[in-house]
Amino acid sequence: MSIGIVSAAYIAAAVLFILSLGGLSGQESAKRAVWYGIVGMALAIVATVFGPGMGNLLIVLVMVMAGAFIGQMVAQKVEMTEMPQLVAALHSFVGLAAVFIGFNAQFEMSRVAEILAGAPTTLNETGLLAWLHDQGVDGFAGKVAHKTAVELNILKVEVFLGVFIGAVTFTGSVIAFGKLAGKVDGKAKKLPGGHFLNAGAAILSLILLVVYFNTGALWPLLVMTLLAFFIGYHLIMGIGGADMPVVVSMLNSYSGWAASAIGFSLGNDLLIVTGALVGSSGAILSYIMCKAMNRSFISVILGGFGGTTGPAMEVEGEQIAIDADGVAQALDDADSVIIIPGYGMAVAQAQQNVAELTRRLRAKGKTVRFAIHPVAGRLPGHMNVLLAEAKVPYDIVLEMDEINDDFPETDVAIVIGSNDIVNPAAQEDPNSPIAGMPVLECWKAKQVFVSKRGQGTGYSGIENPLFYKENTRMFYGDAKKSLDDLLTKIS
Amino acid sequence: MKIGTPKEVFEGENRVAMTPDSALQLQKLGYECAIESGAGAAAGFSDDAYEKAGVEIIKTAAQLWKGVDIVAKVRQPNETELKRMTEGQTLISFFNPAGNAEGLELAKSKGANVIAMEMVPRISRAQKMDALSSMANIAGYRAVIEAGNNFGRFFTGQVTAAGKVPPAKVLVVGAGVAGLAAIGTATSLGAITYAFDVRPEVAEQVESMGAEFVFLDFEEEQQDGAATGGYAAVSSPEFAAAQLAKFRELAPEMDIVITTALIPNREAPELWTKDMVDAMKPGSVIVDLAAEKGGNCKLTVKDEKIVTDNGVTIIGYTDFPSRMAAQASTLYSTNIRHMMTDLTPEKDGQINHNMEDDVIRGATVTFDKEITWPPPPPKVQAIAAQKPKEKAKELTPEEKRAQEIAAFKAQTKNQAILLGVGTLLMLIVGAFAPESFMSHFIVFALACFVGFQVIWNVSHSLHTPLMAVTNAISGIVILGALLQVGSGDWLVVVLSAISILIATINIVGGFMVTRRMLAMFQKS
Repeated sequence: MSIGIVSAAYIAAAVLFILSLGGLSGQESAKRAVWYGIVGMALAIVATVFGPGMGNLLIVLVMVMAGAFIGQMVAQKVEMTEMPQLVAALHSFVGLAAVFIGFNAQFEMSRVAEILAGAPTTLNETGLLAWLHDQGVDGFAGKVAHKTAVELNILKVEVFLGVFIGAVTFTGSVIAFGKLAGKVDGKAKKLPGGHFLNAGAAILSLILLVVYFNTGALWPLLVMTLLAFFIGYHLIMGIGGADMPVVVSMLNSYSGWAASAIGFSLGNDLLIVTGALVGSSGAILSYIMCKAMNRSFISVILGGFGGTTGPAMEVEGEQIAIDADGVAQALDDADSVIIIPGYGMAVAQAQQNVAELTRRLRAKGKTVRFAIHPVAGRLPGHMNVLLAEAKVPYDIVLEMDEINDDFPETDVAIVIGSNDIVNPAAQEDPNSPIAGMPVLECWKAKQVFVSKRGQGTGYSGIENPLFYKENTRMFYGDAKKSLDDLLTKIS
Repeated sequence: MKIGTPKEVFEGENRVAMTPDSALQLQKLGYECAIESGAGAAAGFSDDAYEKAGVEIIKTAAQLWKGVDIVAKVRQPNETELKRMTEGQTLISFFNPAGNAEGLELAKSKGANVIAMEMVPRISRAQKMDALSSMANIAGYRAVIEAGNNFGRFFTGQVTAAGKVPPAKVLVVGAGVAGLAAIGTATSLGAITYAFDVRPEVAEQVESMGAEFVFLDFEEEQQDGAATGGYAAVSSPEFAAAQLAKFRELAPEMDIVITTALIPNREAPELWTKDMVDAMKPGSVIVDLAAEKGGNCKLTVKDEKIVTDNGVTIIGYTDFPSRMAAQASTLYSTNIRHMMTDLTPEKDGQINHNMEDDVIRGATVTFDKEITWPPPPPKVQAIAAQKPKEKAKELTPEEKRAQEIAAFKAQTKNQAILLGVGTLLMLIVGAFAPESFMSHFIVFALACFVGFQVIWNVSHSLHTPLMAVTNAISGIVILGALLQVGSGDWLVVVLSAISILIATINIVGGFMVTRRMLAMFQKS
């Protein structure tokens, strides 16, 4: 295949990728959009494999087969509640690949430089090319050999950047994976020195860039990689469990930028375009998540909540418990019900029970809807996927803005495993750490039931006045077990 | 410990302080339950029903008083009953400590611990045992029913083949618990309901029940109910005059007037004067829920129904809850049960009379041979002090327009600055970078721009599939590895091979999981 056909294939692939992302604006068009993405990817890979400058096709074939096998195994097996972990794990792969490719570029650079130094000086341009070809300098290495001094310098910066972002993405994603999978403690933890360590490592990396820029040696790149590994690790360790939606979308963004940087170093436009698409997608997701928590991106990344300006309002009253009978009776009398799922539902794997409850209530002619806060769960849109898995129709699953005004006309609101996203302190108490965060105003419903394991506070450690409201009843216990009990009472 | 309920001795009292249901709940707390034979009969609970619930039936009151550790009853105990009390015994009942000095003395001398249900402080934690509220709720409902019983017309307006019926007009004076219950009942029967209260903050509650709040043209600083624990206080003479003038104006129109105005520990204020009664239409009905404390209307005769010369019926019953004994007993026994729950934190059937607890302390009137009434003010205020309400300023169309223009200008300015800075940065990059870099850079910038435009349209519910798709397509780094795998350097080949492997996992895994997810999204 000539370089022209490869370029044409790349253009087609880029267009297909854009269509693929654009198609996600609706549930139905999304099903088609995935195919655009798959076709685009296939086009790009086939064009590259059969394009100019390829070698070791056997290795490629074996690796692609093995990768495809593992990939489909993982995709078939993964539970929908484990989606956040899977996404984080996949991010780490992109990061690691970017690091390897960056290093490869460095190796090729020094190899080419060595060979060029040994080239006979008598050769003219075409002669040199032929000679290089004989020396085994082909494909990417051949491209490197043709670069001018300025271009080589830029290449160094690009490689450095690609490796840096890739390395941060890699360890960051590994830690995020560990936290989401429960293998690493979900609490925010920092080494002594906190963010100064990160800042120090970043500054050191910058100095190493200058060294690398001037010498082109391998060691600054290696040291920087280790530093970047540390930054990724430490940065994500310092962020707590409930901020994970932001972290995962941020890592998503980074993996895109890493791909883009690699594209620059390889001079491959498709890589640049795709990387930029992914990068901006992740950035927008992070922005949406932060806005939903009324916090700045910086404050999420630096961990912890914003400062408070005074003592928090005292919560009066007590949490009144209720048993399954009481909830069943109230549901029986209700005409309209709104269910607010949160991370607790995912942890307890209670989505099937929630769906069954919904089916039974709907069969009785009651209006049942779901209210989804943008940061509910550990991944943007996670609740939607879980409910979809349990076969809850998506047209009764509504966003916060769509449903918040309907609470006053609602008979029963059921909160399942969410806490901060239904905390009225965000609106009522200007001194609350979450003041100003948009929340689901479920307390305006005539009655609220909160399914919760015990009397603890949520991730933010803030007392939730909702639990003390007069129209709130606490339905203690594991969400799945509680709903099992409830289902036996509702036919 | 054993908890028992005697038959009420007060003439005409039908309620009972323990129902079979509440007995079951009390047994869950670890108590044994006993009841005097026939105590629930007037409220519709037979001895059989109690027996089925595991309650011991005791023949006589004397035996019951002797045999139990805790006595729960409804009405204020009379002298005979108090004399039956023994040391350490606990009595839970209405007690009227303010007007029952002898009773207090007697209970003290007997060494009994008395919890007066009307003294339960009005804080939100104690609402579940606030018997005054649950009884007032019934009184409010029943007041409307009694009024309807004595009122010769429909509540709701109707247009029938036999002619047009105007809707009844109901005025409820005092929007406390009873008042609100009366408003709710009257509006749901279809009457046009008006309500008045000296505490302007209840206007919202009144309107939420479907009645119209009657506002006075009065400029004085009005009462803040928060300072008095949610109860009304005495109003100034000027205010009272303005109020009466308003009522006088309303009187000829009203068909039914329900007065519920009470001020704690005082005689009921006179709100419905004789001239107002005279001004009312014949056939109108007044229900005076304050009859026990002298009545809001001075013509009211306690416990009786009278008809005035101009044909206005005035009902002065004081036993509304007792007239609905089954309902009242259910609610009251639940209040008692909640009180017992608070007194039994361990659920072990043993009373823990914790005088540090605001609610228990407030309700206890004699304890350990001492009179503990009146209680110190509770640590928690019943309702939060009113916040001064800020009125959102209504914007004129011109102001709105000006705001819009200002917002538009600010936006334009922001965008212009961003574009300017962006262009400047591009120029700086362009000045130093070689052409080959710039061509890639253009592609990059455009791709970012397209990405931002496209992603904003992605539906929120599809954010997880979006992440999976972007994950899959970020596997595009495989191209880099593919381009390098043909190298002559073995290290490069190995690293590239690993990269190809993991990037493929990414691509295949990402796309397949996305497809799996999207297939799940189904419309109903």
